[in-house]
Order: sequence, then C-alpha cells, then structure tokens
Amino acid sequence: MTLTEIRPEAVPDKVIAGRSPWALAWARIRTDKVALLSAVVVVLLLLLAAAAPLIAQWSGHGPDDQFRDIGITDQGLPVPPNGTFWFGTDRLGRDLFIRVLYGARVSLTVGVLSTGLAAMLGVAVGLLAGFYGGVVDTLLSRLMDVVLSFPYLIFAIAVVSIAGPSLTATVGVISFYSWAAIARIVRGQTLSIKEREYVEAARSLGAGDARIMFVDILPNLLAPVIVLVTLLVPAAIVFESTLSYLGLGIVPPTPSWGNLLSEAQGFYRVAWWYLTFPAGTLLLATLAFNLLGDGIRDAIDPRTERLFSRRRGIRRRRGGKSGSDDRQGGQGGEARRGGEEPSGRMNTMEG
Amino acid sequence: MFRRFLIRRVLLGVVVLWLVTLGTFFMFFVAPGDPARTLAGRQATPEQVDLIRRDLGLDRPILVQYGDYMGRLLHGDLGKSYFNGESVGKLVAADLPPTMSLVLGGAVLWFLVGVSAGVLSATRARSLLDRAMTFLALAGVSMPTFVIGLLLLYLLFFQLTKAGLPIFPPDSYVDLSENPAEWARHLILPWITLATVQAATYLRLTRGSMLDVLGEDYIRTARAKGVPERRVIVRHGLRSALTPVVSQLGVDVGTLIGGVVVTESVFGLGGVGQAVVQAFVSSDLPVIMGVVLITAAAVVVANLLVDVAYAFLDARVRLA
Repeated sequence: MTLTEIRPEAVPDKVIAGRSPWALAWARIRTDKVALLSAVVVVLLLLLAAAAPLIAQWSGHGPDDQFRDIGITDQGLPVPPNGTFWFGTDRLGRDLFIRVLYGARVSLTVGVLSTGLAAMLGVAVGLLAGFYGGVVDTLLSRLMDVVLSFPYLIFAIAVVSIAGPSLTATVGVISFYSWAAIARIVRGQTLSIKEREYVEAARSLGAGDARIMFVDILPNLLAPVIVLVTLLVPAAIVFESTLSYLGLGIVPPTPSWGNLLSEAQGFYRVAWWYLTFPAGTLLLATLAFNLLGDGIRDAIDPRTERLFSRRRGIRRRRGGKSGSDDRQGGQGGEARRGGEEPSGRMNTMEG
Repeated sequence: MFRRFLIRRVLLGVVVLWLVTLGTFFMFFVAPGDPARTLAGRQATPEQVDLIRRDLGLDRPILVQYGDYMGRLLHGDLGKSYFNGESVGKLVAADLPPTMSLVLGGAVLWFLVGVSAGVLSATRARSLLDRAMTFLALAGVSMPTFVIGLLLLYLLFFQLTKAGLPIFPPDSYVDLSENPAEWARHLILPWITLATVQAATYLRLTRGSMLDVLGEDYIRTARAKGVPERRVIVRHGLRSALTPVVSQLGVDVGTLIGGVVVTESVFGLGGVGQAVVQAFVSSDLPVIMGVVLITAAAVVVANLLVDVAYAFLDARVRLA
C-alpha cells in the first residue's frame, strides 16, 4: 500500500457525503417493500375516504339512501355483491360500499385525531416529568402507571354513560387511553437527553426551561414519537370499532367501521358480505398502519428488529428506546414494563 | 426494607382507590340526567320525583353526600341498582362465575400458546416460522376482539352446524357445578377468542424477553460447558425470561376480572362485562360505578401482588 493510495484524494470517484439521520432513515425505508406497500395502502385508503362524496355522487348512491326496490330481496334480506352494489347492501338496502367509504372517513378521523391529541398531551407530560424530575416526575409517572393499568373499556363505558355517545366522547376516551404510552417514552428519552452537553451549552447561553424543552429536546424526541403514533393509530381504530360495536361510540346512521360491523353481526348467517367487507377494510387499514409503523421504526432505529427484514445477523440489544434510564426503576411497575415494546400493551383491547 | 416497600405500595394502592371513588362520585354529580327523574319514570308528578330525590339523599349538600357515599363504601355497600333495587355487590357477585371461568380458562390457553410461540420465535429468530408468527401476532392485535369472536361463531358454530356437526353451541353459559362437560363446551369458543387477542401480546413479550436473556453471558457460558440446547433454552433462558411475562399475566387477569366486556357480549355469557353494557343501556349508573370500583380494586390488588412477587423473584429489583 503506497502513500498515494491512502490519501483522500486517491479515492476520487466515490464521494462520501454526510447524511442526516432523516436522510438515512428515508434511504432505508425506500428499500423496504412491506413498508412502502403499507404506505401505499394507507394513502389509498385516505384518498378513498376523502373522495367518498365524489364516489357517492358518481355512483348515485348516497350513504343513507335506501334502495328498497333493488337493494333488498323479496324476503327482506340484504342483496349480495353485484355490479350495482359492489359490496352488496345492508339491512336497510343501503349501498355497503359507499357506507364503508363513509365509515372510513369517520374511523380514520377518529384514529388520527385521537392519536394526535394523545401525542400532544403525552409529549407535554413526558417532557415535564423527564425535565423537572423530582416530585413532578414522581406524580406524573404514577399517573401514567395508573392510566396504563386501568381497564379501559369499563372506564369508557362509565364516561360515555354520562356524556352520551358521540364523536367527541369517542375521541376523548381514546386520547385519554393513548397519551400515557407516549408520555412514558418521552419521559425516558428526556431523562437522558437533558444530560447531554448541548443542553448544558444552551443553558449556559441563557436559554430558559421552555426553550430547552421545546427547541433543544423536543426535536430529538420526534423519531420515537413518530413510530409510536403510527402504531397508536391502528389501536385507536380498533378501539373505535369496539366502542361503536357496544353502542358507545359513533351513533348510527353516521357510518363508522365499528357500527357497520355492529349492525352486521345479526346477519352473519345470511349475509356474509355484510360482515366481511367492513371487517376486511378495517383489517387492511390497521395492518397497513402497523406494518408501516414497524417499517418506520426499523428505518429510524436499525438496532431494533422487525418483521420481514432481510438484514440478517444484526445482534440485537433492547432497551435503547424505552425507559432505559428510570432512576427509580426498581419499583415493579416501571421495571416490569421497562423492556416492553412501546406498542406491546397498547394495541391490545381487552377481550 | 421489604416492609417499607410493602407499606409504600399498599399506601399507593389506597390512594389510587380513593382517587377512583372521588372520580366515580363526581361523575354522578356532573351527570346531566337526573337520577330521580329517570327512576320515577315519565308519568311521575314533581312530588313523586322529589320524594325519590329525598329518598336517594340527592337533596342534601354535596359534601354530606360524599361522606355518606364513602361511609357506605367502607361498609362494603356499593349502592343499589336503579333498575331493580338490588344491591350492586350482589348483582356483581352473581355475574362473577361466567367471567371467572372465561378469564381463568382463557388465561391458561393464551399463556401456553403465547409463551410457547414466543419461545419458538425467539430461538429461531428471523426464520420463516418467526416471521409467520410475528405476522400472526400483528394480525391478532390489528383485529377487534368482536370480529374474531364473530368469525369463530361463523366458521366453527354456523358452518359446522350447517354441515351437520354441531360441536360448538352458539352462546350462553352453563354453570360448572351443573355440568362440567357442557360448561367447557360452551366456553371453548370464548376462550379461543380471548386467547387469540391476548396471546399476541404474550408472544411479543416472551419473544423480546427471551431474545434479551439468550444474549446474556451466562447463556454463552452454559452452552460452552456443554449443556444441551434444549436445557439451555428451558432451564437457563425461559426461567428468567418468564418473569416479566408472569407479571403481565397477573395484571391482565386482574384487569379482565373487572369485565371481559366484548367477549361476553359476543357470546352472551352474561358476566360482569355484559352486566355493565346492560347497565349502560338502561342508564343504571350505580351498577356501572360499582363495577368501576370493583375493577379498580382488582387491578390495584393484582398490581400489588405482582410487584411483591417480582421483588421476591428477581433479586435485581431494588426496593425503593
């Protein structure tokens, strides 16, 4: 090996560019077929939901139009899928395809809106707890513990029985169910980030608490929050459908995937399409969001592992992400959940 | 040290329960509906409504009512159902057998399935089997419980019965003391439903925990000294990997005793969860609040037990 060979100029063709973490993540996710496909499905569903009124107009079937002549059989049963009604009709002779599309508007809105609210609340609480520590942290962490261990459906029933079922109540209940998971992750990250040198530098330059929290720390929390949000949206969609199934969520005639399924359950013996199409669409949406979330997590943090990754042999160590610096971590609650995936518990609705 | 830890935990549990009672009490107050009016019915005269209001003590100051409420709670009185005047405690007690049967049986199933799938997944990390199982777990959490239940009803009850094989009954609950075989037969589909949802979480949890443990030095040591692989995985690996999984099991069972609302509703088992849904339909607030309290108590106790067990099992847990 001669000297010329190891001089930087001796490697003329390949320029080694500095790439930001976001550029790296983008490069990784671009090669991830499952994540890309999931993203396409999500975008497609969003577009279809947005275009629902147009499609309804084009087909001539409004979401609440009852086709008593062609939409119901002589026995008064729903009509199976055909050229006019792609997904068949429902018990009142309404076009199920159009109703599923309108349902997507409601279900996706609930999913995105409640997760957005939860993210704001969770980030704020997590930042406060992690940044100030001490009594503030103890109180807020206990609150998160309580919220995370509370049986949600019972709580939701109690709230809705007083407030009455509505879109607002649904979004409220779901956000309240989701924020603690985000707060926990944000708190853990804040604890470690606030000890970094650049935070000290900012402080010595005279930055106040608020500035440090929101300008210096917050941007570094975006990656885990984005991942968690992508995984919480499908959980919220599942939650909405469960609430609506029990009559606690979106009230008919406004269609949501949940109340479509709820209506369909009495017909599963005679009209397979009635249950199949709303359930299939819902499953498509939640699976796509979940797989996309997994993909984003993998792209942002290659240390974690996931489904369908072709990169083999990466030795995996956990705990980089969640609760790694619980200072009073010994107290069962936190130690127990410390190593859990951010999404581990959240996605499961009670049986 | 252990005693201090225990006292702190118990106190925390009491505080949580007290907060819950405060919550349920104020929910009564902000309730837009007037319980007395609801109870009296549509044709009631204002005098009748007043009478009922006095009867329920709703005309007195809030603080007095709160004192009364707490006093009754401390005596174990959860109030009376608006609907049929029966005591909430009695109602819930009557609904417990189906719920307990469902949760405990389901727990055995989901724990066995979830843990063994998780171990298989972890020991064959990144294999086809691992991916298939992780995908199934993802599908499990992507689907609402009631859809899984309805799917099972459609395939295993409806299609089988139509094909002349009435192996599974549609719904309803048969008491264990009446006929154990029928009891189990009626619960198989609900058990599978509950287990499908829960097993997904346990698979992920076991897999993660197992992968962590298998990366530890003492596993390498065990392998190096020639311990058979099966023994390494079961005795050395699984044993310590199970700790967080068992903790989760404790919490989940505690939580679900408070009501497996969806599974019970789909299969019409008539447990605590279904009672809550019915109470919601008939705006029977005392029953709902009573179940909220009982559930909260079950969760607090379960968490406490798990924490204590955890401290015993895992020497690394610092008692603070």
